[in-house]
Amino acid sequence: MLRDITLGQYYAKDSVIHRLDPRVKIVAVIVYIIMLFLVRDFIGYAVSFAAAAAVICASGVPFRFILRGMKPVAVILALTFLLNLFLYPGTVLLSAGPFHITQQGLHQALFMACRLILLIFGTAILTYTTKPMKLTDGMEALMSPLSRFGFPAHEIAIIMSIALRFIPMLVQEADKIMKAQQARGADFESGNIIRRVRSLMPLFIPLFIGAFRIAQDLAMAMEARCYRGGTGRTRLHVMKLHKRDAAASVLLAVYAGLILAERILPALF
Amino acid sequence: MKEIEMENIIRIVDMTLQYPPADEDADPQTAIDGLSLEIKEGSFVAVLGQNGSGKSTLAKTINALLPPTGGDIFVCGMNTKDDELIWEIRRSAGMVFQNPDNQLVSAVVEDDVAFGPENLGVPTEEIRQRIDDAMKKTGIFEQRKKSPHMLSGGQKQRVAIAGVIAMRPRCILFDEPTAMLDPKGRLEVMNIIKALKKEGITVLLITHFMEEAAEADRVIVMRQGKIAADAPPADLFSDTENVRRLGLDLPPAVEIRELLRAGGVDISDDVLDMGSLARVLCAGAEVTDGTERRRVREE
Repeated sequence: MLRDITLGQYYAKDSVIHRLDPRVKIVAVIVYIIMLFLVRDFIGYAVSFAAAAAVICASGVPFRFILRGMKPVAVILALTFLLNLFLYPGTVLLSAGPFHITQQGLHQALFMACRLILLIFGTAILTYTTKPMKLTDGMEALMSPLSRFGFPAHEIAIIMSIALRFIPMLVQEADKIMKAQQARGADFESGNIIRRVRSLMPLFIPLFIGAFRIAQDLAMAMEARCYRGGTGRTRLHVMKLHKRDAAASVLLAVYAGLILAERILPALF
Repeated sequence: MKEIEMENIIRIVDMTLQYPPADEDADPQTAIDGLSLEIKEGSFVAVLGQNGSGKSTLAKTINALLPPTGGDIFVCGMNTKDDELIWEIRRSAGMVFQNPDNQLVSAVVEDDVAFGPENLGVPTEEIRQRIDDAMKKTGIFEQRKKSPHMLSGGQKQRVAIAGVIAMRPRCILFDEPTAMLDPKGRLEVMNIIKALKKEGITVLLITHFMEEAAEADRVIVMRQGKIAADAPPADLFSDTENVRRLGLDLPPAVEIRELLRAGGVDISDDVLDMGSLARVLCAGAEVTDGTERRRVREE
């Protein structure tokens, strides 16, 4: 049952967004996030939403997939909305008992909710259109200038790619241990949540021991294949920038320009 | 002097390896005890022995994963003690491990095969050429875009072999590569090993399976860190008493051969695998009379 696990949420499709260089996409998402924090009013959000929607359409990822990414953060979203709504001081619009909704509170709540939703849009598009391996490669390439100052860019990238390789394996291993324990009468499915969590503890010990054994074997296999860190390594996949990457960068600059203009211009007049 | 070293791709001189003691009072554990061995380039050598006899340790010392505590090991004339030569030694004598899962690094087959050449600093275009070549040789080219955890054990082990082949080694050390595979996977791996030998690559195969050892040119039996026997498989398996004394089984075909002999059928010592046994029996059946043939069938 756990066999078909796939990591990340890559949505296989051959769109222009999928084909973009991962470095460009990562930079674009970072710029987009910074811009979201610079936005001062809803016009900025409208621009950002239009930009995000255009990219989603171009990527061919169904909109419901993007919305699905909201689920895990729905609680946080609701909580920030409600806290802002009820606790923000200002002109009272509505009040019921100890609860007051202020005009500023309503504005702030909507403002923060928009920001959160748009943040999720951005990261969701990145992970839906970029394979985890490419994401890792892109991050390594972007961080590599920092390695001059002792930042372990290559090491972080290799840790991430090994994690991608071994998480499905550890899940399979956990499945195997669970079945072995169930065969001997272990019960993982009944009782309240505390009992269930407790019954999982005996699963973790063999799993951890197994993980260490795998790590030891893998380290030896990597050494046997002449692995000696990032220095002097060549790559099978070399990332090359294409025209579409240049075009995407221009569009990104236009978007950033609009947001900045919207922020700075009113201050000038 | 130089020529002798070229001929012997691996030369081990009075090598000892002791693991540090588990706690301070205990004695160090001797895994390999004064072993000397020479392996000719292009040969197919099988290493047998019970668990703890030092077989795996031997392979790891040749790959410079473990430094010997005494004596010397030369791989293609390079001493494994020389730190500067370690990478060249590991490239020349690649290693395939037992567990197919625990030796694959990447989440994509072709990336994994490329891992060795990438580490060696091979230029990108050449990596592509090498890995395509290696994946075709091991029959996993069609699977190149898949994730290893979607493959069978035999396929995973072939990915591991492709990863070693892509480094263009002169010698490959196999440390029980078929121990965790099903019969089909074992056959696939053995066929690749035989093909590699044909190409002139030296093969050192550590195994528990006698029928695999029977395919080699030379069989070395290890016991308590020493070489207990070193002979061509036909010679080794003809002395059945000695084989049992060494704590080994006979290959299935040899076992049948011995039973047939006990029943009076005359079969030569060269018959070590089922294929040649069948051929000999069929050829024999034509010339022998009816009673003899019936006896063969009964057995």
